[in-house]
Amino acid sequence: MICECIPVLKKSMLAICVMLVVGGLVGPTSLCKAADAPPPEGGVFPNINFPVPEKPEEQQYLGLEGKGTFTVSKIQAKVVILEIFSMYCPFCQKEAPNVKALHRMIEQNEDLKKQIKMLAVGAGNSPFEVNTYTSAYGMAFPHFADTDFSIHDALGKVRTPYFIVIKLGGDGPPKVIYSKVGGIGEPRSFLELIAKASG
Amino acid sequence: MWKRKAPTALAFAFIVCSVLSLMPKAFAASEQFEGRVYAVGQLKPIDSEPKLKVGDKAPDFSLPSLSGETVSLGQFLGKQNVVLSFVPGAWTPVCSEQWPGYNIAKSLFDGNDAVILGITVDSVPTLFAWTQQMGGVWFAVLSDFWPHGEVSGKYGVLRSNGTSERALFVVDKLGIVRYIDVHDVNERPNLEVLVRELEKLKN
Repeated sequence: MICECIPVLKKSMLAICVMLVVGGLVGPTSLCKAADAPPPEGGVFPNINFPVPEKPEEQQYLGLEGKGTFTVSKIQAKVVILEIFSMYCPFCQKEAPNVKALHRMIEQNEDLKKQIKMLAVGAGNSPFEVNTYTSAYGMAFPHFADTDFSIHDALGKVRTPYFIVIKLGGDGPPKVIYSKVGGIGEPRSFLELIAKASG
Repeated sequence: MWKRKAPTALAFAFIVCSVLSLMPKAFAASEQFEGRVYAVGQLKPIDSEPKLKVGDKAPDFSLPSLSGETVSLGQFLGKQNVVLSFVPGAWTPVCSEQWPGYNIAKSLFDGNDAVILGITVDSVPTLFAWTQQMGGVWFAVLSDFWPHGEVSGKYGVLRSNGTSERALFVVDKLGIVRYIDVHDVNERPNLEVLVRELEKLKN
């Protein structure tokens, strides 16, 4: 876009464009895309790029392949449950057994395991820190490191844990059907809530 | 018209991005402490003069702990490596998440034959209430409340306002300081860096 405008720019405008590009390269571009608030229920889930997991089993779980990034609408599922957590967050730690139980409950049901996928983002956590968390609780679904907070920023700098449930549907945009801070509580009740909200 | 306004708009966008890039990173605050943490704002990153360097003998100390027992650095001599984790204060933003992180990393410390001694200048009752809010911690938490900040002072991490720095010292089994990280008080130290330093002690 910047390149397209160059021919019509005067020298001063060109200089500003160069500054903008350099600023964009050296500065935290994600901050400029930061959201003021979490995605609201009923709204469209923002077009956030997640890294394609390196582990083959995690790629298979999400129905992805290759390298690079993906958006939630590429996940082979009808519903995606996204947790924003931090390994440093005591509430997240307390909630971890419920989250693990929820995942196990979904995976043990042949219908649900095809329809619902889970993923989690470690806000401000390095890959090492995310691994420490998943190892401590035996988490068996993809957890992403968000070391520079870019995903956290794009999701409105939520407190943790924060759960967002996204309904994926055909050609339509991914729709947020649940967006709340705090734990999920009893996994079966949460699953029923999600089933009702997703129709 | 657009062409005339474009430079102004682009310059504005650049300025906004630049200003935002200078803003401190907000830590992902845990809901656990919602409404209970005092917002200290952005502080001077380091506000003390170093007194120790790697290779120095770690000053011995004895401090009251949450368990009611007095804990001395010397009691670990010849037995275990020690990580001294000084944090500025209870009920403050970054500190309220640093120790809970160590809480689920016990195996990483055990695997390196290390214990953590958490130290702040707060009183024992305050530290008790704060760590209870975390759900408790597995390591010893010591109060450097009285004489106020004496141990923090010996380690060169007492800030001018009477709190301590966010600092990590690794002391080996011979009582020698092997690693010092007087960290930017506004930011949480990376766990991996600390673990890698502990791993070096095996060599």
